[in-house]
This record gives sequence, structure tokens and C-alpha cells, in this order.
Amino acid sequence: MAENNLEAPIRGRKKDKKKAKLTYHAMLAPGMIFLLIFSFAPMFGIVMAFQDFVPAKGFFGSEFVGLEHFKYMFNLPDIGKVFRNTIVIALGKIIFGTLLAIVFAILLNEIRLKFLKKSVQTVVYLPHFLSWVVLSTVVINLFNLDGTVNQIMDFFGLEKINFLGSNTWFQPLLIGSDVWKEFGFNSVIYLAAIASVDPGLHEAAGMDGASWWRRVWHITLPGMLPIILLLAILSLPSVLDGGFDQVYNLYSPIVYETGDTIDTYVYRNGLVGRDYSFGAAVGLFKSIIGLILILSANNIAKKYTERKLF
Amino acid sequence: MIQGNNLSTKIGKFIIYFIVISLGLVCLLPLWNIVAISFSSGEAVAANLVGLKPVNFSTKAYEMIMEDAQFWRSFSISVQRVVIALALNLILIVLMAYPLSKTKREFKSRNIYMNIIIFAMLFSGGLIPTFIVIRNLNLLDTIWVLVLPGAVPIFSVILIMNFFVGVPKSLEEAAIIDGASPLQILFKVYIPVSLPALATVALFSIVGNWNDFMTGLIYMTQVSNYPIMTYIQSLTIDIAELVRSGTNSDALQNIAEVQNRNLNAAKIVISTIPLLLIYPFLQRYFVTGIVVGSVKE
Repeated sequence: MAENNLEAPIRGRKKDKKKAKLTYHAMLAPGMIFLLIFSFAPMFGIVMAFQDFVPAKGFFGSEFVGLEHFKYMFNLPDIGKVFRNTIVIALGKIIFGTLLAIVFAILLNEIRLKFLKKSVQTVVYLPHFLSWVVLSTVVINLFNLDGTVNQIMDFFGLEKINFLGSNTWFQPLLIGSDVWKEFGFNSVIYLAAIASVDPGLHEAAGMDGASWWRRVWHITLPGMLPIILLLAILSLPSVLDGGFDQVYNLYSPIVYETGDTIDTYVYRNGLVGRDYSFGAAVGLFKSIIGLILILSANNIAKKYTERKLF
Repeated sequence: MIQGNNLSTKIGKFIIYFIVISLGLVCLLPLWNIVAISFSSGEAVAANLVGLKPVNFSTKAYEMIMEDAQFWRSFSISVQRVVIALALNLILIVLMAYPLSKTKREFKSRNIYMNIIIFAMLFSGGLIPTFIVIRNLNLLDTIWVLVLPGAVPIFSVILIMNFFVGVPKSLEEAAIIDGASPLQILFKVYIPVSLPALATVALFSIVGNWNDFMTGLIYMTQVSNYPIMTYIQSLTIDIAELVRSGTNSDALQNIAEVQNRNLNAAKIVISTIPLLLIYPFLQRYFVTGIVVGSVKE
């Protein structure tokens, strides 16, 4: 580099570029090693779904049984129920969560008292940051037979309901409590979308005498539509996520009928019950459908909204 | 915005304020109830007398926690976990995001790496194969099992990568002319201008690690190794018992530990304090993170 002729800096820069590329590989190496061990090795471990996996024999020594576990799985009456529960619960969370977040964002946008607006935001974002371990205690306090909700119902002469032990009420309870936890935080993005709507449109409509309702319906909502669509499409893959943390902390054998989801089912039967190969098979089935959903969601998003997830 | 001064607009405004404030209270009051329970006497709690005000105000629950060795062991495991995970996550995020933010012309293998990473984000081996791999690595019951499997938060890597792409090229070119190496460029040019984005992913890491109870549940065989949320989860009401016995008060007679509902509430309150301490930052940076992260092309 210290040479004084004209070519040296150019040659030096080329060498630097090569060195830079080597450095790039080196920078990626540690992360890739972690992914190799903790993401890709388990993917290889999926072979166990086609084996009669015995821990002592390992992935290489266990006997192959082909699609045995998958055949068994599809013959179980449980499995359809578990997938149906998962999809109903997840769809309910997505649909009602989105609706409430949109409504809340529109209403919050009307609040002109800065202090009030800030306070409400502070409070409604809070549950998003708390663990279901904490929030399940809240839900149980409210919804058990002696809980606040039943006390209120009792006061109005209504019959008490065992929400946590009722197959009619358990799914609405899961959906409702998740909507409660997340609507505030989900409204953040819709608030941003409302803020991006041209205020001139509102002024013009106001001059023409359009009512608030009509302006929300014809200006605000259409302005938010691209974001609403994008988020709806991108939420498609999560229809297989019932939310392990929430369900695990709230369910009990009485409500397995309606509350058992894929993740809790795999945990109970595969891990706790040590039916490793069967658990892996159910997990693989979920992963594959999940992958298909995510790729379709990405393609739909790319096609219709010109944005994508990856 | 609602404009005008006639009666129907006033009613409209009132209804909107009423709904918004109600939703705020619906979020706040159930949480406040836990705080009130933690400061009430055990008997009052068992009789479901506690609403928003502590009944028979008592700090006994908190005094008892002071002597609960396992609570503080779990608390300290979680603190250690958050610190180690945060350091590891941040280092790996910036080291990976920087080369990935280069164009294909600048770094030929960039797309190959990117595809590998995205595949790892989209597809997983699932719970059971991951468990077997981790057990074969003899990581069960170590603090490392809480940290290493999540060492590369791929979503955060992509978020920071997108941020790095937006850093003006002129800054980097000036550093190259000064003879800076890629590592120097990363630490002296990119990181200083990306602090808000890094704060966002740092907070993702802290909250995620603090709140996670499933990892501890799956990979710890000894209660003494539980992180705080797994420990608290193991204490809370046995729902099966609660549901079967019909009423809460009957279940309370049956399960010894549930007589300490105020004790559990106090544990929940203490375990939430670290999150409340960083809550102002959470509000600020999570909001930017979620807007940037989900709207970015």
C-alpha cells in the first residue's frame, strides 16, 4: 500500500475486496453454525417420523417403518379434532383480533386529548408484553366459577357458567382472551395506516357535508385497505398455531374436546408420553402444511399488494 | 375527525370517548386485580373478596417471597439467561446482517446464505426432533439450552439487514478509502447509525427470553433449573382440579399451595417488574420495530 506508483492502490483495492469477501464469510460462519446445529440438525432428525425411534439406538440405529406413523395418525379420530380445533381457534383470533384492532385504531384516532390518548395507549399495549403464564392467572381469576365475571352474572340473576370447564365456552374464552391481549398492540400498525391517509380528502368530504360514518367508510377504511389485506394474507400461515403458551396454561382434560391443539397434542403425546416418532410425524405434517401456507401467502401478497414477507 | 357542534356530534364524541376509555380499563383493571390480591390477606383472597382494593392490607406475601430460595434462584437464572442471550443475539445479528446487506455484486454468495436463512425461518424440524438433538448434545438442565437454540433470531437479522441496506453508501466508501476493514466499517459506521433499530431487536430479545416458559418446561428436568416463568407456571392453580371440583373455594381446600394465591400473585408482580422498568423503551422501540418490520418490502 505504501508503494508510490499509480497501479498499487488499484491492485491493493482488489486484494482488499477479496479479503473483504473472506471476512463476509467469516462473519456469517458463527450464525450459520448455530442454525446448522439447532435448525438443520432437527430437520435431519425428521427421519425419526419414518422410524420406530428408540433413543438408545439413535437416528442411525432405529428401525425404519415407512409411513406407519402417518397411517396411524390419519386413522385416529383425535387428529381431525385437533386440527379442527387449532384452525377454529387460530382463525377466530385472527378475525376478531383484526376487527377489534381496526375499530380501536379508528376510534383512538378521534381522541384529541393528548394526555388521554397516550395513557390509553400505554395501558392497552401492556398485555402484549406479558407472558401467558402471568395472563392465564388473570383469566382464571376472572372466569372461574367464583370469579369476577360469574359474580357479576350472579348479581344480575344469571346462571353461573364454568367457562374453563365448558366445551361450549372454552374456544370463545381462548379467542376472547387473546384478542384482549393483542388488540391494543395490533392497532399500532393500523394507526400508522390511518395517519398516512391524505387529510385533504377528509376536509373535502367534510365541506360536502359527509357525516363521520360516511367518511370512515369511504375514506379511512379504503385508505387502510392495503395494510389490512397485507396483514390478513400474511397471517394465513398462523392458522395452524393455536398458541401453545395460552392453551397450555388454560386447558384441562375436560376441555381437550375443544381446546386441544396440534402443539399441545404433540407435547402431551410425543414428549410427555414419549411416543417420539408419532409426535415427530404429527409435527412434520404440521410443518409441511405450514410451509405450503407461508409460500402461498407470500405469493399472494407479492401478486396483489406488491409487498412480500421475504 | 368529528367536527361541528350540534347535538349528534356531541353524542358521537361522547360515545367514542366512552368506548376508548372502557377498552383501556378492560386492559388495566384485570392486571390491577393481581396487584390488589398480592397485597391482601390469604383469607380474603380465598373468599374472593378482593377486587381493585387490597382487603386486609398485608405485605406478608412479599415477606415470604424474600425467604423463598427457589424463587430467587429462578429469578437469577432468568436474569443470567437474558444477559447471555442478549449479548449473543446482538453479536450474531450484526455479524450476519452486515454481509447480507451487501448486493449480489458486492458479495456473490449473499443470496445462497439468504435462502438458507429464510428456509430455516419457514421450516422447522418440530418439537420432538429438536428435543432429541438437544438431548443428544447433553444440553438438558444447563443454562445454555435456554440461550443457544434461539441464538440466531432470524426475523431480527432480516430487520437489521433491511436497516443496513438503507445506510448511505457514501459513509462506507469514505471508510474504505481510509483503509477500514469490513469489521471496522460495521462497528464504526453501521452500528452507530443503527442504534434505534438495534434497540428494537435488543428489546425483542429481552422480552422474549424473560417471558418464555416453554423452553424451561421442555428442557429442564429439575425444578431447581427452571427459569422464572416456568417456575411460576409450575405453581399456579391446578386448573384440572379447579374445573372438576366446581367451585374455586372447594378446590382451594384441596390444594395446599393454592391457599397462597396472594403469594403467587406477589410472585407474578415481582416477575413483571423488570418488564415494567423497560416498558417506556418497549413502547417507543417496539412500535417502530413493528411498523418497520411488517411494512418493509
